[in-house]
Amino acid sequence: MNARGDRWFDREAGPVVRPYAMTRGRTRPRGETFDLIAVVEATGERPGDRLRYSPEHVRILRRCAEPVSVVDLASEIGLPLGVIRVLLGDLRDQGLVALAAIEPVGDRPNKGVLREVLNGLRAL
Amino acid sequence: MAFGHSEPGDPPLVTTKILIAGGFGVGKTTMVGSISEIRPLRTEEPLTDRGVGVDDVSGVERKSTTTVAMDFGRITLTDRLVLYLFGTPGQERFWFMWDELALGALGAVVLADTRRLTDSFPSIDYFERRGTPFVVAVNCFDGADRHRPEDIAVALDLDPGIPVLLCDVRRRDSSKEVLISLVEHVLSWSETEPGPAGAAAPAG
Repeated sequence: MNARGDRWFDREAGPVVRPYAMTRGRTRPRGETFDLIAVVEATGERPGDRLRYSPEHVRILRRCAEPVSVVDLASEIGLPLGVIRVLLGDLRDQGLVALAAIEPVGDRPNKGVLREVLNGLRAL
Repeated sequence: MAFGHSEPGDPPLVTTKILIAGGFGVGKTTMVGSISEIRPLRTEEPLTDRGVGVDDVSGVERKSTTTVAMDFGRITLTDRLVLYLFGTPGQERFWFMWDELALGALGAVVLADTRRLTDSFPSIDYFERRGTPFVVAVNCFDGADRHRPEDIAVALDLDPGIPVLLCDVRRRDSSKEVLISLVEHVLSWSETEPGPAGAAAPAG
Protein backbone atom coordinates (compact mmCIF):
# COMPACT_ATOMS: atom_id res chain seq x y z
CA MET A 1 0.00 0.00 0.00
CA ASN A 2 1.48 3.31 -0.95
CA ALA A 3 1.08 6.68 0.67
CA ARG A 4 -1.97 7.65 -1.34
CA GLY A 5 -3.75 4.44 -0.42
CA ASP A 6 -4.14 3.25 -4.00
CA ARG A 7 -4.99 -0.38 -4.58
CA TRP A 8 -4.47 -2.45 -7.69
CA PHE A 9 -7.00 -5.02 -8.81
CA ASP A 10 -7.06 -7.58 -11.59
CA ARG A 11 -4.83 -6.59 -14.54
CA GLU A 12 -3.75 -3.44 -12.75
CA ALA A 13 -2.17 -5.59 -10.09
CA GLY A 14 0.16 -7.11 -12.67
CA PRO A 15 0.58 -10.64 -13.91
CA VAL A 16 0.21 -13.60 -11.58
CA VAL A 17 3.53 -14.91 -12.85
CA ARG A 18 5.99 -12.14 -12.19
CA PRO A 19 8.03 -11.11 -15.23
CA TYR A 20 11.32 -12.18 -13.71
CA ALA A 21 9.98 -15.71 -13.27
CA MET A 22 9.49 -16.01 -17.01
CA THR A 23 13.08 -14.96 -17.58
CA ARG A 24 14.38 -17.04 -14.66
CA GLY A 25 15.63 -13.92 -12.96
CA ARG A 26 17.46 -12.48 -15.92
CA THR A 27 16.92 -8.82 -16.69
CA ARG A 28 18.69 -8.49 -20.00
CA PRO A 29 19.67 -10.77 -22.86
CA ARG A 30 23.18 -12.08 -23.22
CA GLY A 31 25.07 -9.90 -25.66
CA GLU A 32 23.60 -6.95 -27.48
CA THR A 33 20.14 -5.98 -26.38
CA PHE A 34 17.37 -5.49 -28.91
CA ASP A 35 16.41 -1.97 -29.93
CA LEU A 36 12.73 -1.11 -29.50
CA ILE A 37 12.15 -0.85 -33.22
CA ALA A 38 14.67 -3.45 -34.37
CA VAL A 39 13.13 -5.96 -36.75
CA VAL A 40 13.59 -9.62 -35.91
CA GLU A 41 12.77 -12.69 -37.92
CA ALA A 42 12.97 -16.45 -37.50
CA THR A 43 15.93 -17.94 -39.33
CA GLY A 44 14.01 -21.03 -40.32
CA GLU A 45 16.19 -23.30 -38.17
CA ARG A 46 14.17 -25.98 -36.41
CA PRO A 47 14.19 -25.73 -32.63
CA GLY A 48 15.79 -28.92 -31.32
CA ASP A 49 15.15 -29.85 -27.73
CA ARG A 50 11.68 -28.56 -27.04
CA LEU A 51 12.06 -28.98 -23.31
CA ARG A 52 14.47 -26.12 -23.27
CA TYR A 53 11.85 -23.63 -24.43
CA SER A 54 9.00 -22.17 -22.46
CA PRO A 55 5.56 -21.56 -23.97
CA GLU A 56 6.58 -17.90 -24.25
CA HIS A 57 9.64 -18.81 -26.32
CA VAL A 58 7.43 -20.83 -28.63
CA ARG A 59 4.93 -17.98 -29.04
CA ILE A 60 7.69 -15.52 -29.84
CA LEU A 61 9.34 -17.86 -32.33
CA ARG A 62 6.02 -18.51 -34.05
CA ARG A 63 5.31 -14.78 -34.37
CA CYS A 64 8.79 -14.26 -35.79
CA ALA A 65 7.92 -16.35 -38.85
CA GLU A 66 7.31 -12.93 -40.39
CA PRO A 67 9.55 -9.90 -39.80
CA VAL A 68 8.31 -8.05 -36.74
CA SER A 69 9.60 -5.18 -34.64
CA VAL A 70 10.48 -5.83 -31.01
CA VAL A 71 7.89 -3.36 -29.75
CA ASP A 72 5.12 -4.90 -31.88
CA LEU A 73 6.16 -8.32 -30.64
CA ALA A 74 5.84 -7.15 -27.03
CA SER A 75 2.41 -5.68 -27.55
CA GLU A 76 1.06 -8.57 -29.62
CA ILE A 77 2.37 -11.28 -27.30
CA GLY A 78 1.34 -9.21 -24.30
CA LEU A 79 4.58 -9.44 -22.34
CA PRO A 80 6.77 -6.65 -20.97
CA LEU A 81 9.55 -5.53 -23.29
CA GLY A 82 12.19 -6.63 -20.81
CA VAL A 83 10.87 -10.18 -20.90
CA ILE A 84 10.60 -10.20 -24.69
CA ARG A 85 14.22 -9.07 -24.96
CA VAL A 86 15.56 -11.78 -22.67
CA LEU A 87 13.59 -14.52 -24.41
CA LEU A 88 14.55 -13.19 -27.85
CA GLY A 89 18.16 -13.35 -26.68
CA ASP A 90 17.71 -17.06 -25.89
CA LEU A 91 16.30 -17.66 -29.35
CA ARG A 92 19.14 -15.70 -30.93
CA ASP A 93 21.71 -17.73 -28.97
CA GLN A 94 20.19 -20.87 -30.44
CA GLY A 95 20.32 -19.43 -33.95
CA LEU A 96 16.53 -19.48 -34.27
CA VAL A 97 15.97 -15.73 -34.58
CA ALA A 98 18.08 -12.98 -36.11
CA LEU A 99 17.88 -9.26 -36.71
CA ALA A 100 16.31 -8.66 -40.11
CA ALA A 101 17.28 -5.03 -40.53
CA ILE A 102 20.58 -3.88 -41.91
CA GLU A 103 20.21 -0.29 -40.68
CA PRO A 104 22.71 0.49 -37.95
CA VAL A 105 20.73 0.86 -34.76
CA GLY A 106 20.96 4.19 -33.00
CA ASP A 107 21.69 6.29 -36.05
CA ARG A 108 19.23 8.90 -37.11
CA PRO A 109 17.56 7.97 -40.40
CA ASN A 110 19.34 9.14 -43.54
CA LYS A 111 17.87 11.65 -45.96
CA GLY A 112 16.50 8.99 -48.27
CA VAL A 113 14.46 7.51 -45.44
CA LEU A 114 13.40 11.00 -44.27
CA ARG A 115 12.07 11.85 -47.73
CA GLU A 116 10.26 8.54 -47.88
CA VAL A 117 8.69 9.25 -44.49
CA LEU A 118 7.66 12.72 -45.67
CA ASN A 119 6.06 11.38 -48.83
CA GLY A 120 4.35 8.63 -46.90
CA LEU A 121 2.90 11.08 -44.36
CA ARG A 122 1.67 13.42 -47.08
CA ALA A 123 -0.08 10.53 -48.78
CA LEU A 124 -1.97 9.52 -45.65
CA MET B 1 0.97 -6.66 -38.73
CA ALA B 2 1.84 -9.13 -41.42
CA PHE B 3 4.65 -8.15 -43.71
CA GLY B 4 5.15 -11.63 -45.11
CA HIS B 5 8.19 -13.79 -44.82
CA SER B 6 11.11 -11.97 -46.35
CA GLU B 7 12.83 -13.66 -49.24
CA PRO B 8 16.46 -13.09 -50.10
CA GLY B 9 16.56 -9.95 -52.23
CA ASP B 10 13.41 -8.43 -50.72
CA PRO B 11 13.93 -4.87 -49.56
CA PRO B 12 14.28 -5.03 -45.79
CA LEU B 13 11.65 -3.60 -43.51
CA VAL B 14 12.79 -0.17 -42.33
CA THR B 15 11.51 1.18 -39.03
CA THR B 16 11.83 4.67 -37.67
CA LYS B 17 10.36 6.55 -34.75
CA ILE B 18 9.15 9.94 -33.59
CA LEU B 19 8.82 10.89 -29.93
CA ILE B 20 5.77 12.71 -28.64
CA ALA B 21 6.76 14.60 -25.49
CA GLY B 22 5.26 17.24 -23.25
CA GLY B 23 3.77 17.70 -19.83
CA PHE B 24 1.18 15.56 -18.12
CA GLY B 25 -2.27 15.77 -19.70
CA VAL B 26 -1.16 17.80 -22.70
CA GLY B 27 -2.53 15.30 -25.24
CA LYS B 28 0.33 12.91 -26.02
CA THR B 29 -1.83 9.80 -25.94
CA THR B 30 -4.57 11.61 -27.86
CA MET B 31 -2.14 12.57 -30.59
CA VAL B 32 -0.75 9.06 -30.90
CA GLY B 33 -4.31 7.74 -31.01
CA SER B 34 -5.57 10.18 -33.62
CA ILE B 35 -3.04 9.15 -36.25
CA SER B 36 -1.94 5.64 -35.34
CA GLU B 37 -3.40 2.80 -37.35
CA ILE B 38 -3.63 0.84 -34.15
CA ARG B 39 -5.22 1.88 -30.92
CA PRO B 40 -2.47 3.42 -28.78
CA LEU B 41 -0.87 0.43 -27.25
CA ARG B 42 0.47 0.45 -23.80
CA THR B 43 3.25 -1.89 -23.06
CA GLU B 44 5.06 -2.27 -19.83
CA GLU B 45 8.64 -1.34 -19.39
CA PRO B 46 11.10 -2.01 -17.96
CA LEU B 47 12.13 -5.15 -16.24
CA THR B 48 14.62 -3.88 -13.76
CA ASP B 49 16.88 -5.58 -11.29
CA ARG B 50 16.19 -2.76 -8.87
CA GLY B 51 13.52 -4.82 -7.15
CA VAL B 52 15.56 -8.02 -6.90
CA GLY B 53 15.68 -9.18 -3.33
CA VAL B 54 13.02 -6.67 -2.40
CA ASP B 55 10.23 -7.38 -4.85
CA ASP B 56 8.11 -10.18 -3.46
CA VAL B 57 4.44 -11.04 -3.47
CA SER B 58 3.72 -8.58 -0.70
CA GLY B 59 5.51 -5.88 -2.66
CA VAL B 60 2.69 -4.92 -4.99
CA GLU B 61 3.24 -1.33 -3.97
CA ARG B 62 6.57 -1.53 -5.74
CA LYS B 63 4.79 -2.02 -9.02
CA SER B 64 4.75 1.65 -9.80
CA THR B 65 8.50 1.83 -9.47
CA THR B 66 9.35 -1.27 -11.47
CA THR B 67 7.02 -0.98 -14.44
CA VAL B 68 5.64 1.85 -16.48
CA ALA B 69 3.05 1.98 -19.19
CA MET B 70 4.47 3.17 -22.47
CA ASP B 71 2.27 4.56 -25.22
CA PHE B 72 3.08 3.76 -28.76
CA GLY B 73 1.38 3.88 -32.11
CA ARG B 74 2.25 2.73 -35.60
CA ILE B 75 1.85 4.17 -39.07
CA THR B 76 2.64 1.88 -42.00
CA LEU B 77 3.86 4.31 -44.65
CA THR B 78 4.76 1.77 -47.32
CA ASP B 79 5.03 -1.99 -47.36
CA ARG B 80 8.64 -1.64 -46.27
CA LEU B 81 8.59 1.51 -44.13
CA VAL B 82 6.95 1.76 -40.72
CA LEU B 83 6.87 4.84 -38.50
CA TYR B 84 6.39 4.39 -34.76
CA LEU B 85 5.21 7.09 -32.41
CA PHE B 86 6.28 6.88 -28.79
CA GLY B 87 4.68 8.96 -26.11
CA THR B 88 7.36 9.78 -23.56
CA PRO B 89 6.57 8.89 -19.98
CA GLY B 90 5.63 12.03 -18.12
CA GLN B 91 6.64 11.28 -14.58
CA GLU B 92 10.08 12.37 -13.56
CA ARG B 93 11.04 9.00 -12.18
CA PHE B 94 10.89 7.58 -15.69
CA TRP B 95 13.40 9.98 -17.19
CA PHE B 96 15.90 7.15 -17.51
CA MET B 97 13.70 5.71 -20.25
CA TRP B 98 14.02 8.77 -22.44
CA ASP B 99 17.54 7.96 -23.55
CA GLU B 100 16.47 4.68 -25.03
CA LEU B 101 13.41 6.21 -26.66
CA ALA B 102 15.43 9.08 -28.09
CA LEU B 103 18.22 6.87 -29.43
CA GLY B 104 17.98 6.86 -33.21
CA ALA B 105 14.72 8.82 -33.24
CA LEU B 106 13.98 10.82 -36.37
CA GLY B 107 12.92 13.70 -34.15
CA ALA B 108 10.44 14.78 -31.52
CA VAL B 109 7.23 16.72 -31.11
CA VAL B 110 6.95 18.71 -27.90
CA LEU B 111 3.28 19.27 -27.17
CA ALA B 112 2.54 22.40 -25.20
CA ASP B 113 -0.48 23.89 -23.49
CA THR B 114 -0.40 27.69 -23.25
CA ARG B 115 -2.02 27.54 -19.82
CA ARG B 116 0.92 25.51 -18.51
CA LEU B 117 3.82 26.41 -20.75
CA THR B 118 6.41 25.64 -18.10
CA ASP B 119 5.40 21.96 -18.26
CA SER B 120 7.10 21.73 -21.64
CA PHE B 121 10.44 23.12 -20.45
CA PRO B 122 11.92 19.78 -19.34
CA SER B 123 11.19 18.19 -22.74
CA ILE B 124 12.60 21.14 -24.69
CA ASP B 125 15.65 21.19 -22.48
CA TYR B 126 16.18 17.47 -22.94
CA PHE B 127 16.02 17.54 -26.74
CA GLU B 128 18.20 20.66 -26.96
CA ARG B 129 20.89 19.06 -24.82
CA ARG B 130 20.70 15.82 -26.74
CA GLY B 131 20.72 17.44 -30.16
CA THR B 132 17.46 15.78 -31.18
CA PRO B 133 15.59 17.92 -33.71
CA PHE B 134 12.08 18.88 -32.57
CA VAL B 135 9.09 21.10 -33.21
CA VAL B 136 6.77 22.61 -30.63
CA ALA B 137 3.09 21.95 -31.26
CA VAL B 138 0.69 23.99 -29.18
CA ASN B 139 -2.41 21.96 -28.55
CA CYS B 140 -5.28 24.44 -28.71
CA PHE B 141 -7.54 23.40 -25.89
CA ASP B 142 -11.08 24.70 -25.70
CA GLY B 143 -11.13 27.71 -23.45
CA ALA B 144 -7.41 28.42 -23.64
CA ASP B 145 -6.33 31.82 -24.91
CA ARG B 146 -4.96 31.80 -28.40
CA HIS B 147 -1.45 33.11 -28.73
CA ARG B 148 0.62 33.81 -31.78
CA PRO B 149 3.30 31.16 -32.44
CA GLU B 150 5.96 33.90 -32.43
CA ASP B 151 4.99 34.92 -28.91
CA ILE B 152 5.06 31.31 -27.74
CA ALA B 153 8.54 30.85 -29.21
CA VAL B 154 9.70 33.84 -27.19
CA ALA B 155 7.97 32.63 -24.03
CA LEU B 156 9.68 29.25 -24.41
CA ASP B 157 13.02 30.87 -25.21
CA LEU B 158 13.39 28.68 -28.29
CA ASP B 159 16.37 28.83 -30.55
CA PRO B 160 15.54 30.59 -33.81
CA GLY B 161 14.41 28.23 -36.52
CA ILE B 162 12.54 25.83 -34.27
CA PRO B 163 9.03 25.64 -35.70
CA VAL B 164 6.07 26.41 -33.45
CA LEU B 165 2.70 25.24 -34.69
CA LEU B 166 -0.84 25.46 -33.45
CA CYS B 167 -2.72 22.19 -33.56
CA ASP B 168 -5.68 20.21 -32.33
CA VAL B 169 -4.34 16.73 -31.76
CA ARG B 170 -7.82 15.24 -31.54
CA ARG B 171 -7.98 15.70 -35.31
CA ARG B 172 -6.05 13.29 -37.48
CA ASP B 173 -5.30 15.93 -40.14
CA SER B 174 -3.87 18.25 -37.54
CA SER B 175 -1.64 15.55 -36.04
CA LYS B 176 -0.53 14.63 -39.53
CA GLU B 177 0.44 18.25 -40.29
CA VAL B 178 2.51 18.36 -37.11
CA LEU B 179 4.42 15.22 -38.12
CA ILE B 180 4.95 16.57 -41.65
CA SER B 181 6.32 19.84 -40.23
CA LEU B 182 8.69 17.88 -38.04
CA VAL B 183 10.07 15.80 -40.91
CA GLU B 184 10.46 18.93 -43.06
CA HIS B 185 12.27 20.59 -40.18
CA VAL B 186 14.57 17.59 -39.75
CA LEU B 187 15.38 17.59 -43.47
CA SER B 188 16.32 21.28 -43.46
CA TRP B 189 18.04 20.94 -40.08
CA SER B 190 20.23 18.11 -41.33
CA GLU B 191 21.42 20.40 -44.12
CA THR B 192 22.55 23.13 -41.75
CA GLU B 193 23.78 21.12 -38.76
CA PRO B 194 26.98 19.13 -38.73
CA GLY B 195 24.84 16.09 -37.99
CA PRO B 196 24.49 13.82 -34.98
CA ALA B 197 28.24 13.38 -34.69
CA GLY B 198 28.68 17.10 -34.15
CA ALA B 199 25.64 17.51 -31.93
CA ALA B 200 26.04 18.16 -28.26
CA ALA B 201 26.41 14.96 -26.31
CA PRO B 202 23.69 14.39 -23.75
CA ALA B 203 24.73 15.14 -20.23
CA GLY B 204 25.69 12.11 -18.21
